[in-house]
This record gives sequence, C-alpha cells and structure tokens, in this order.
Amino acid sequence: MALAQAKSDATEARLSGLTIPEGGAAWAREARHDALNRLQGMGLPYRRDEYWRFTNPAEFLTQETPRAEIALDAPGFEGTEVLRVVFTDGVFDAEASDALEQDGLEIERFSEAVTKDIHWVKGLLGVLETAGQNRVDRPLAIFNTAFAEDGLVLRATGKVGKPVHVEYRRSNETAEAVLRHMVRVEDGAELTLLESGVGASRLNTGMEVDIADNGAFHHVRMQGRDHERRAATHVFARLGQESTFKSFTLSLNGMMTRNEVIITLKGDDAVAHVAGAALGDGRDFHHDDTVFVTHDAVNCESRQVFKKVLRNGATGVFQGKILVEPDAQKTDGYQISQSLLLDEDANFLAKPELEIYADDVQCSHGSTSGAIDETALFYLKSRGIPEDKAQDLLVLAFVAEALAEIEDEELAETLREQLAGWLERRR
Amino acid sequence: MLNIKGLKVKLEEEDKQILKGVDLEVGAGQVHAIMGPNGSGKSTLSYVLSGRDGYEVTEGEASLDGVDLLDMDPEERAAEGLFLAFQYPVEIPGVGNMTFLRTAYNAQRKARGEEEASAAEFLKIVREKAKDLKIDAEMLKRPVNVGFSGGEKKRNEILQMAVLEPKMCILDETDSGLDVDAMKLVSDGVNALRSEGRSFLVITHYQRLLDHITPDVVHIMANGRIVKSGGPELALEVEKNGYADLMDEVQ
Repeated sequence: MALAQAKSDATEARLSGLTIPEGGAAWAREARHDALNRLQGMGLPYRRDEYWRFTNPAEFLTQETPRAEIALDAPGFEGTEVLRVVFTDGVFDAEASDALEQDGLEIERFSEAVTKDIHWVKGLLGVLETAGQNRVDRPLAIFNTAFAEDGLVLRATGKVGKPVHVEYRRSNETAEAVLRHMVRVEDGAELTLLESGVGASRLNTGMEVDIADNGAFHHVRMQGRDHERRAATHVFARLGQESTFKSFTLSLNGMMTRNEVIITLKGDDAVAHVAGAALGDGRDFHHDDTVFVTHDAVNCESRQVFKKVLRNGATGVFQGKILVEPDAQKTDGYQISQSLLLDEDANFLAKPELEIYADDVQCSHGSTSGAIDETALFYLKSRGIPEDKAQDLLVLAFVAEALAEIEDEELAETLREQLAGWLERRR
Repeated sequence: MLNIKGLKVKLEEEDKQILKGVDLEVGAGQVHAIMGPNGSGKSTLSYVLSGRDGYEVTEGEASLDGVDLLDMDPEERAAEGLFLAFQYPVEIPGVGNMTFLRTAYNAQRKARGEEEASAAEFLKIVREKAKDLKIDAEMLKRPVNVGFSGGEKKRNEILQMAVLEPKMCILDETDSGLDVDAMKLVSDGVNALRSEGRSFLVITHYQRLLDHITPDVVHIMANGRIVKSGGPELALEVEKNGYADLMDEVQ
C-alpha cells in the first residue's frame, strides 16, 4: 500500500505542473483526456515495476528538465536523398525543413491534423498505444499520447521514392520535447522513415504505425553523440496481411535511453524485424531496448536482433518478448541479444521471454555476453594490424549481424561509417 | 636474417618449460625445415617468435636482421617482416577477407612510413595474387576463413603472405589437412615467393611437404631442443626410420 501511495504521489507531483494541449478537434481532446485518465490510474514508472528493474526511470520524472550540453555534430544521413523535416526543441521548424510534399505521400504536422474534425488519424491516435499496454504497463507512452503537441503525420499511398528524414535539433540546454508521429502505410504502399539528431535534453517520442495488407515500412534511426540527453521512445506497429515492418536503431552513447518497440502481427504472412546496435563507453551510459512482439495471425515471421558493445562501466539492457496467441500457428519467432564487454566493468542485463499458446510454432531465443576473442585479436595483430584497430574490426564484426537487418545497403553503409568513425574518435 | 640463441621458454600460467635452449640461424634466401614428434616444441617456437600471449621467455634471444623481436608487439614484428602461417587459421565472422587484407597491408605500410594503397590499387594487387592460388572473388568477399575448407584456409594464409610480402615466413604445419592437390597448390604458392631476400622456416611432421618445398637445411626438434641438423636427406631418414631411431642415436 505504501508503495502504491509513493507511486501515486510521484505521479501527481510530475503531472501537477502540466496541462494537456488545448484546442484541437473533439476526438483529439477525447484521446488526450482519456490518456491522462489512464496515466493517473496507472501511475508513472517506478523502480520496483517489473519492467523498470534494470533501468531507473527517475530521470524521466523530475519536474525540472535535466540540463544537457548540446552536441554540435549530431550525425545525420548525409549522402542519402531525403525529404527533410526538422524539429527544433520539439517544434516543427518550417525554415529548416523541405516543403511537405512528396509523390505517394500525404504529409502534415501532427498539430494541424488534430485540429481537423475529419481525419484518418482519429481512428489511430492512442489506439495502438492502448492496445500495446497488454501485459506490460507503458506509462511514458501514455504520457506521450496525453501531452504531445507536434510531430508528423504520414500516409503513404504508393511506393514513396525518397525517405522522410526527421531531424531533431536543439537550441537550448534544457529543452523538453514530446513528439508524436502517426504513420499509415496503405495497401501495397512503401515508406522509409529516418530519424536522427539530438532533439531535446529530455525527449519523449511516440509513434503509431499502421501497415495495411502488402504494405512495407522501413525505419532507420540514429541516436547518439548527444551524450547527456535522456530519451524515452515508443514505436507501436500493427501489421496487416503480407506486410513488412523493419526497424533499426544505432545508438552511440547517451546517458539514458529507453527504446520500446511494440509490434502486433495482425494479418497472416506478415514479417517484422526489429534490430539495434548500441555502443556505450563510461559509467554514465545506460541503454535499454524493450521489445514486445505479439503474433496474432498465421504464418508470420518476427526477428529481434540486438547487439551492445560496452566498456568502462557502461550498462546495456535488453527486455524482449515474443507472445504467440492461440491462433497464430506456423509462427516463426527469433530473438537474439548479445553483448560484447570490452572490460570487466561493463554490465549487460537481459530478460528474454517467450509466451506461447499455439502448438505449431518455431520460436528461439538466445542471449550471450562475452569478451573480445583473444585468438582472433592475435590473428589480426600477427598480420600487422595494431591492437586498437584490430579491436575496432572485431567490434564492427560483432554488430554486423544487427546491421545486416537494414535492407537498404546504402543506409546500412552510412550507419557502418558512423560506427567506424565513432570508434576511431573514442581512441 | 633470423637469429635465435639459447631460447628458453615456459608457459606463463604454469611452471612448464617448453623450449629448453633453442639455437637456430636462418640466412637470407634460405629455407629451413623443422621436424619433430608431437610435443617437441615446434609450434611453441612459432608462437613465441610471432608474439602470442601465454609464453614467458626465461632466457635467450631472437632477432630478425639484427632487430630484437622479443620486446615487440605482434603487429610490430609483422611490420618488421615476420609472418606466421597458422596451423589453424582463425575464423573471424563479420570481417570481410578483403577488408582484413587491406587493413593489414596498409597498417604495415603505415608502420614503415610508406604510402597506403587505395581500394582500387589494392584490389588489383590482390586479384593477381589470388588468381595464382586459385582463390576466386567469392572467397575474397566472404568473412575471414568462415566456411572455408581446410585447403581454402591454408591457401588464404599463403595469399596473405603473398600480399604482405614478408621477409621471414614461418609455416606452422601448413600441410596438415591438405589433400595432394591442395598441397601442390600451396607449395607452388610458397615456391613462387622464394627469393634471395626472403627466408622460410617450415614446420612439419612429415617429409612429404618437403618433396614440394625443398629445404636447404633440416632440423630435428625434440624435447624443446634442436637435436640434429642436416641436409634434405635428414628428412628422408626420418620418413624411413621414424624419430625413435634418431632419438636413440642422439642420446
């Protein structure tokens, strides 16, 4: 009882200074009020919550926004032709953005979409997020539904030629940003969404992705080098028949990151891959991937591939679950989380889970922690490769399996270069 | 070229003496073979020369063209021109063979103060050498030694040797796991590299490799020492009578 009281006190304290955005269409107001009610009922995360045991949520909950130094050289996707959309301190930056026009795509600001009485977003806002609360509480996602004012609304109606690149920028050291992106990929359509940049000293992003039959959604995200920022992100996806969802996140440093991906395979023969690589150096690095994949249709495939390279007291967390509903026969589920610990100070905490109610399924999961392979290191050195460079090669090799999940070779190469550059700079 | 004097080596972790005073001198352009029964210390010698962890030199010295090897890191020895062809080449998933070769090639050039090769230049160098060893483009693209057959792995070692152009090559049981055709291919590769400025130390159990790579000198190693040296005929003698007779004779 005392625990519940402490939790509700903390929730009340955090929410006391906040008001949900005013205006907007009736449906948007309703969704936001509903979220606020749900959040008050559930309470904000607490260290003793089952899914917050490895990650201390305290930094997401302070009333005052933590100060975070602004990183000047946030990596982007230079070299890829994109439709660039910039948010500075959590607000759409028209001047820095390209015109919101693209063949096969309807694109507009979230803040505008929610003012329209008739809009397709009405049927989606908060819907996947609410469904995604099944078995695991995700209060920071509800927080996002209640308080997000800006973001992007994307509806792909055909094969969208160039990726949409959402770039987060920051102009002050205590910027707080809550952004909501809504995505709908129509039957047979295809969309690639890229995300990068510093965003805010405290960033909360939420995304609901609804993929119709035969649709394909690719998501590639780069977080990092803005070391001092805190980020809590949620991606909720619902997949129709024979649709595809692929998401990859590269994280290079960051003192507090919690990335949650919640996927439901609703149509038969759908494919969902979610992967990530995180490299952390230092006691103040904490990176958490929390993934939940629900198989709710026949003959679907899901893969979770996560790699973390940790040193100098850095901490990596992986919590991954595959839930197979009774009717989801012929499910093919795969999950692997691995860490490469470059010294004895680094920590990796993993919680792989399978919950299976169908009888004709194939599910596997694995989790490993290991040091660098000394034999391989000697082999490289014996060919004249210096120790630090040899170690970098082995680190790149370690994360290669996760990078291989990126379908677009050019994007994969961009990330590989970012990674190699980061390794070189750390020396 | 290679000078080893009174080299004594024990295992770092336990009190076990493996090399008990090895003396060996390999002149420029020469091919020396070391034969010996299991556990005689042949592979240890190759590891100690290339700088692998886990061994402690308690006495003696080893130098390459007057440069002391024993104080150097493995990568420095490689840049000095020492090369070890492994008995068991290591598989490195995720590192492309080509990337590996180019990184090594350029690291050595950099260490020697020479200009690094561009990707295009390097590709040309490798293609030529790979062709002689019947290594196809597919093998160059694959991760280092991953999924390679025994013969492919050994050919890949020789390819590295051909590309890196070391002056002192140590071949540690390069013949193990090779069929007759592969042995011929590997030997041809080695023979093509023989030159006045390049020396070889060929470690093997069997005489058959020495049919292909004719040595100038054959040494017999036993119990951590070189117990007998002679010409190529010594290898034939071992093949015929085994090590036992020889050991009796030495004692």
